[in-house]
Amino acid sequence: MERRDFNKMLLACGALAAFGVSPAPRALAQHRDGGLTAILQPEPPILNLALNQQTPTGVVGGKIFESLLSYDFDLQPMPQLAESWEISEDGKTYTFRLVKNAKWHDGEPFTAADVVFSCANLLMEVHPRARANFDRCESIKARDDHTVVFTLKEPFAPFILAFEASSAPILPKHLYEGQDYRNSPYNNKPVGTGPFKFSEWVRGSHIHLTAFPDYYQEGKPHLTEIYYRIVPDAASRAVAMETGEAQLAQWMDIETFDVERLAALDHLTMTTKGYELFSPVLWIEINNRREPMNDKRFRQALMHLTDKKFVAERIMFGLAKPATGPIASTTRFFESDVKQYELSVEKATALLDEIGLKPDSDGKRITLRFAVAPYGEMWVRTAEYFRQAVAPAGIEVILDSYDIGGWASAISNWDFDLTTNMLYQYGDPALGVARTYISSNIRKGVMFSNTSGYSNPDIDRLFDEAAVETSDARRQELYSEAQRILVEDAPLLWLTEQRYPTIYDARIENLITTSTGVNGNFAAARYAE
Amino acid sequence: MKDVVKTFLGRPTGIAGLLLLAISCLMAVSAPILYPASPWEMSGIPFSAPGENGMLLGTDTLGRDIASGVMHGARVSLLIGIVSTLAALFVGVLLGCVAGYAGGTVDTVIVRFTEIFQTIPSFVLAILFVAILSPSLGTIIVAIALVSWPPLARLARAQVMSVTQREFVQAARCQGQSPLSVMFRHVLPNAISPIIVTGSLTVASAILIEAALSFMGLGDPNHMSWGYMIGAGRTVIRQAWWMSFFPGIAILVTVVAINLVGEALNDALNPRISRS
Repeated sequence: MERRDFNKMLLACGALAAFGVSPAPRALAQHRDGGLTAILQPEPPILNLALNQQTPTGVVGGKIFESLLSYDFDLQPMPQLAESWEISEDGKTYTFRLVKNAKWHDGEPFTAADVVFSCANLLMEVHPRARANFDRCESIKARDDHTVVFTLKEPFAPFILAFEASSAPILPKHLYEGQDYRNSPYNNKPVGTGPFKFSEWVRGSHIHLTAFPDYYQEGKPHLTEIYYRIVPDAASRAVAMETGEAQLAQWMDIETFDVERLAALDHLTMTTKGYELFSPVLWIEINNRREPMNDKRFRQALMHLTDKKFVAERIMFGLAKPATGPIASTTRFFESDVKQYELSVEKATALLDEIGLKPDSDGKRITLRFAVAPYGEMWVRTAEYFRQAVAPAGIEVILDSYDIGGWASAISNWDFDLTTNMLYQYGDPALGVARTYISSNIRKGVMFSNTSGYSNPDIDRLFDEAAVETSDARRQELYSEAQRILVEDAPLLWLTEQRYPTIYDARIENLITTSTGVNGNFAAARYAE
Repeated sequence: MKDVVKTFLGRPTGIAGLLLLAISCLMAVSAPILYPASPWEMSGIPFSAPGENGMLLGTDTLGRDIASGVMHGARVSLLIGIVSTLAALFVGVLLGCVAGYAGGTVDTVIVRFTEIFQTIPSFVLAILFVAILSPSLGTIIVAIALVSWPPLARLARAQVMSVTQREFVQAARCQGQSPLSVMFRHVLPNAISPIIVTGSLTVASAILIEAALSFMGLGDPNHMSWGYMIGAGRTVIRQAWWMSFFPGIAILVTVVAINLVGEALNDALNPRISRS
C-alpha cells in the first residue's frame, strides 16, 4: 500500500510536469446520446454480481444486471424489474409484479422463473448477504409468468431492502440452471437484463459496455456506450478527469485532497449523493472489556475531548459530516434528539476525577494503546489527532502500527485498547447497525462483529424487536430509544459519516438517481441539450 | 594527528560540512528548549503559510508547527543515523576482522553470509524487517543496522587481509602475541581509516533510509521525523508546498553535510594526501 503510494507520487510528479507544460485538449464534444468514459479502480475480479459484491464489481455489474427494485435517496423502493409490489398486512408476504417486456441480452424473454431460480437457488448458494435474507423465506414461488411471491417465516421489515442489484442480482435461468455457477462460461461474458450489455473486457485496460437496444424501458438508455477505464494511479485519474479524457469518477477514485480542486473546474460537477444505502460511519472503537474503558464515564470523557468537526473538515477535507450517534443521518430511523457532548476538557477531567483516575506528578492519568488501522493516510491522521485531543486531560495514547492481517486479527480477537473502524449500514439498522452493538454478535475471531464487547440487555431487546416490527412508526420509536441509550452509554466514539464524491462531466444529467448512485444502472443518464 | 587535522581544516568543503552538521546537531539539542511542546501539538491554524499566524515555517494539515517538527525531527534522524551506524559498524567490523584474519573456511562462510544480504536490495530488506517487526524506534534502528553492515564487513575484511600480510604484523606474530592482541594493537589501528570514512557515509545513508521508511508510513508513529513530515505533506503539495519543503531541506542539508565531512575525512586520513 505504502509503496504504491510512493510510486503514485513519482508518477504524479511526471504527470504534473507534463500537465504544467501543455494542458491537454478537452475531449471531443459529446452529443445528446453520446458515450461515457468512466474511471474504474481497482479492476474487478469478475463481473458476475452474484459471485462478487466488491465495489468495482457493483459499479460495472450494476449496468448489466438488475434486481426487482431500486431505492431513492430516502431509501424508499422504486420499480426496476418489478413494476409494482405489495406487502401483506402481517408483513409476511411480498408480491412482486414484474415488467412484461423485459429481455435478456441474448434475446430470451425474462420471466418470473428467472427470479425464483436466482433467489431460491443460485443466490442461496453463492451470495452470503442474499442467503441471510432469503433464508427468512418459507417459500419463493411464481404465481404466473410475471408474478413472484415471497413468503417469510416471520416478519422482517428490512426485507424490502433486499432487492438492490448487488444484494439480489437476477441471473438468467436458461444459462445457469444445472451448471456449476462459479465456473460458468457466462461469468466472463455476463448476460443480464440491464440497459447496457457486455461487449469486451481487456484485462488491465478497460471494460466496454454498449446500449442494449431491446431494453424494456422505451427510449432508454440514452448513452450509447460506456467505457470503464482501469486507471491504477491516483494522479493519472485526477488528470484524466481534469483533461476531460474521462467523464466520471466515483467512490475513492479521486483522493480527498484533490476533490475540491476538480469540483471547482468548469467542465466538472460534484455530488456526494448516491451513497445513502451504504452510508458508512467512522468511529473510534473502544474495548469495553478493559479498565477503565468499561466505565461509561470514561468513555463519555473521551466524547467530551473529541472534536468531530475538526476530523470532518481537516482530516476528511469536508468529505464527511460529524456523526452524532450510531445510525447515519442519511439512512432510515436516524434520531437527532440524543445527548450532545460538548467539547470541554473541564467536563472530561471532572468525569475522570469522579472515576478516581487521578493525575500523577506529570499530569498523566493513564496510558492507552491505539491500534492504527492500516488503510491509508486518513486513518493515521485520525489516530494522531485523537492522541493530541485526549492529551490535555492526562490521557496518554501510544500509537501502534499494524499490517492489515495483524490489525484484523488484533481487533477480532479483542486484543486492543482503541482503534478506528468503519462499517456500511445497508439502509436499515437491522442490516448494518445492530451487528455492532447486540451481545449475540460478540463473536471472537470474527471481524465486523461486536468487537468492542458492549453488552446491554435493553439494547439487545430494542434491536430484536425493531427487526421484526412491521410498522415504521413503531420501529422509529424503538430505534430512537436505542440511539438515546447508545449515545448515553457511548460504547464507541462516533466521529464522522463518510461522504464519497462522484465527479462527472457537467453536461451529463440524471446520472445519480438512486441511493446506490454510481452502482445504479444509468438508464436515465444523458447529455443535456 | 596534526597532519590529519591540518588537512581536514585545509578543505573548505570539510569546514562547510562541519558547520552544516553543527547546525543540525544544534537543532537537535535545542529543540526541547526552543519548542518545549510536543511537535504533534496542533497548536496553530491548519494550512498556515510560513510567517502566517505567527508560525515561522507554517503549519501542516492538522495545524502542527512545521518549525517544531523540523527541530524535533533532527533528534530522531540523527539518533537513528548514529545509533544504527554504530550497530552496523560493530557487526560489520567484527565479522570483517574475523573473516580477514582467520581466512580459510571461516572466511568463505562469512563472505557467503554477507553476500546473502548484499544480493537483496538493502531498502527492500529494511522495509521487510520493519514491516515484520512492527515500526518503532528500536526496530527501525535494528533494520537499518541489519542492511548497513555488509559493505562495512567487506571493507574491514579487505583492510585486515592486506594489513595482516605486512612485516610488522608478522613480526608481532613471531613474538608470540595472541591473535587478539595482534588484531587490536597492530592490525585494526592501521586498517581503520577507510572504515571510519565509510562509517561516516553510512550515517548519511541511514538517515535517508529512515526518512524513506517514515515517508512510506513505516516510521515510529510516536516520534516526529523528517521523512514522516514529507510523507504527510506530499498529498497537499500543490496547495501547501511548505509542509514537505522544509523537512526536505533539513534532510538535504544534513546528508550533504555528512558527505562533505566524510570526503574531507577521507583526504585527511589518507597519509599520501595529508603528508604531501
